[in-house]
Amino acid sequence: MYKKNYKKIYNSPEESLKDILFDGMTIMSGGFGLCGLPENLILAIKKSGVTNLSVISNNAGTEGFGLGLLLETRQIKKAISSYVGENKLFEKQYLSGEIELEFNPQGTLAERIRAGGAGIPAFFTATGVGTVVSKNKETRFFNEKEYVMETGLVADLAIVKAWKGDEAGNLVFRKTARNFNPIMATAGKITVVEVEELLSVGELDPDQIHTPGIYVNRIIKGDNYSKAIENLTVREK
Amino acid sequence: MSWDREKMCLRASKELKDGDYVNLGIGMPTLVANYISQDLNVTLQSENGMLGMGPFPLKGEEDADLINAGKQTITSLPESSYFSSADSFAMIRGGHIDLSILGAMEVSSKGDLANWMIPGKMVKGMGGAMDLVAGVKKVIVLMDHNAKDGSPKILNSCSLPLTGKEVVDLIITNLGVFEINNGIKLLEYAENVSKEEIIKKTGAEVLFTN
Repeated sequence: MYKKNYKKIYNSPEESLKDILFDGMTIMSGGFGLCGLPENLILAIKKSGVTNLSVISNNAGTEGFGLGLLLETRQIKKAISSYVGENKLFEKQYLSGEIELEFNPQGTLAERIRAGGAGIPAFFTATGVGTVVSKNKETRFFNEKEYVMETGLVADLAIVKAWKGDEAGNLVFRKTARNFNPIMATAGKITVVEVEELLSVGELDPDQIHTPGIYVNRIIKGDNYSKAIENLTVREK
Repeated sequence: MSWDREKMCLRASKELKDGDYVNLGIGMPTLVANYISQDLNVTLQSENGMLGMGPFPLKGEEDADLINAGKQTITSLPESSYFSSADSFAMIRGGHIDLSILGAMEVSSKGDLANWMIPGKMVKGMGGAMDLVAGVKKVIVLMDHNAKDGSPKILNSCSLPLTGKEVVDLIITNLGVFEINNGIKLLEYAENVSKEEIIKKTGAEVLFTN
């Protein structure tokens, strides 16, 4: 066996982002609600002070969690999301005109990211036909059904949270924390990943890898995951 | 008299068939899961990326990595699977989900649905609702027949921004069950509900055959 010198591993979230961030950049951020958030990388972006960001993320976090942290410091200029409820600070900044908001249906958002990462500039979907979503967009009939054209999305940077990753950047996600993470990993010009467990190559079964390392430029081991629960619901015995 | 929430959910659960893959919306539709007959093999989909959604966890057994589309903690089942949001909506958009039950603010007699936005109020976003109504084979609306102020929610045309155009197949309310098929047809009365009450409380013409 030969040994490669893997250069994807960085020692801290700050170090992994240091030479990447710039004002006005577009960042994709994985997660659904507070589930599967790249917590350490978001915190490092906050600390960096980079501003005028366009963020592509299903949600906008809650107060004190996720992208909510970047709202506190007014680093976000525009959000492309499917649902931003449960965030009073977002509401305030949106209503005062500080933040621009583009709503995408959740499946359209997911497919735009998938398409962007797969080199597909646009596609047609039935989602949103006859609603405000299809306004000013090209529509076309296929087999007598109307579809609207949506464009692929890419970003200057994708920040992703995985459960396990190895030196080669191969990733495995856990349960519903997978969500937008694997598709965003494909659509970043640079993709930086944080994992709970950073492993040597060979420790992950190649048959069980969700995201192949080709999509991952940099990887760090994350610390102190809060793994907050937005809506704790339990049943009686 | 009419159906209470429990009876509405119970009635909605009767629309589920053995072998169905089903997506239940946030709110009252989520509660329909509690009324699914044990004899049926029904698989629940959660659009954030799971098939085979189990019940809520016991206290202390919650897992932050395992939530449903309403961000509630849930559990898995032996048959469960997880996948990305793109795969999840490929399932939905591709017509692989048999049935979706959603809430609504307004439904028109053509089956137009409005359930995501009230202009002038803070907009939260449509989430996956537009994808679900565009892609799922059968769409059922489960809602109160009238708004809190008594105004009708079934109308000739929706006044609120649409979630989908001509997408609703069936409406279940506290007053009965209505089919949308070239207009609105009453299929079933709720307990002690009269034709007159339905006419009075509906903002569109209803076809009665009984």
